[in-house]
Amino acid sequence: MSEPEAPQDAPMQAAPNRSGQPDPRLQARRGRNIALALGLIAFAVLVFLVTVVRLGANVLDRPL
Amino acid sequence: MATMTSAITTTSDTPARWQDYLQLLKPRVMSLVVFTGATGLVCAKAPIHPLIGAVAVLCIAVGAGASGALNMWYDADIDAKMRRTRGRPVPAGRIQGAEALSMGVILSMLSVMFMGVAVNWLAAGLLAFTIFFYAVVYTMWLKRWTAQNIVIGGLAGALPPVIGWAAAAGEVPLNAWLLCAIIFMWTPAHFWALALYSSEDYEKAGVPMMPVVAGPASTRRQIFIYSLLFVPICLVPAFTGLGGLPYLAVAGAGGLVFLILAWRVMRSRAGDSADPRLDGRLYDVRAGARDARNLFAFSILYLTLIFATLLVEAVLGLPTFLNLIPGGL
Repeated sequence: MSEPEAPQDAPMQAAPNRSGQPDPRLQARRGRNIALALGLIAFAVLVFLVTVVRLGANVLDRPL
Repeated sequence: MATMTSAITTTSDTPARWQDYLQLLKPRVMSLVVFTGATGLVCAKAPIHPLIGAVAVLCIAVGAGASGALNMWYDADIDAKMRRTRGRPVPAGRIQGAEALSMGVILSMLSVMFMGVAVNWLAAGLLAFTIFFYAVVYTMWLKRWTAQNIVIGGLAGALPPVIGWAAAAGEVPLNAWLLCAIIFMWTPAHFWALALYSSEDYEKAGVPMMPVVAGPASTRRQIFIYSLLFVPICLVPAFTGLGGLPYLAVAGAGGLVFLILAWRVMRSRAGDSADPRLDGRLYDVRAGARDARNLFAFSILYLTLIFATLLVEAVLGLPTFLNLIPGGL
């Protein structure tokens, strides 16, 4: 079994093209990834805060 | 469907940026929905934790955005034919239609479930109905079928204050539906005023907007009739214990201006003929259609003002108009 090859058009780093400018596709992907990460983190924090607010002091009312 | 498929499979050399995905959510529409939803939430005057209130407004916003993404997925074919919409991410080929569909479905489910778990299930149910009404009833059915599309479809845009009220109070009394009725009756005059000076676009795309189907003269007449029905409804909250004296003054004075502008539209030649000197940018006005543009612009200002007044009155705890009358009505 051989290892799967990395897609030719999806390098891991934003390598500069021949003119020395960063590849716009990779820049766009980086922006999308950052936006998605921030959205997920915000969602996780929001779920935590809502849980605290909804449960309030009852969060301690359980067998330890 | 064939034309839609061809439109949404067009790809662009420009890579999709995160801003394109944001554009799928129609942020300008979302901001109006957030505003009216927050007004409903505050006007309920019910005890609600600020964070839960903020989550409710966020869910309304995300739900509205999801509806927008579903709309952009389904309407990519007609969006591509209209100047106003052909730069949107799907018809421009920056985002695939399937991506817009996925985003719309996922965000719809997320917003409804989170509203249910974090706030209450009445608000979640109303939000689910609103998304369904906009994406399926309006976008997939009414929009391409009848000239009454934006009249009936306007219900989707009118429901956010009801959802906000339900989120805060867990019930939807008459005053909540009154806010809904105000937006519902505002919609025809607002959209038909816009359609009067961009009807060529709708005609080209095959969308049966009123000026295309019934003609400009009939549309101008209907705008005035709907305005006659709309303005009195705006005054009603002052007599149902919702609005105060400032609200009555704003709704009354603004309503008068609204009626004057609607009258001018009816007397104008708005929509009658295209001016070849203009290249059709969205807010350019055809010869004789300046009155329609004025009504369109003022309709936005008027709706914003009356909701802002209700919001400020509720936040400041000002007495309602009924409380100021000795002995009540």
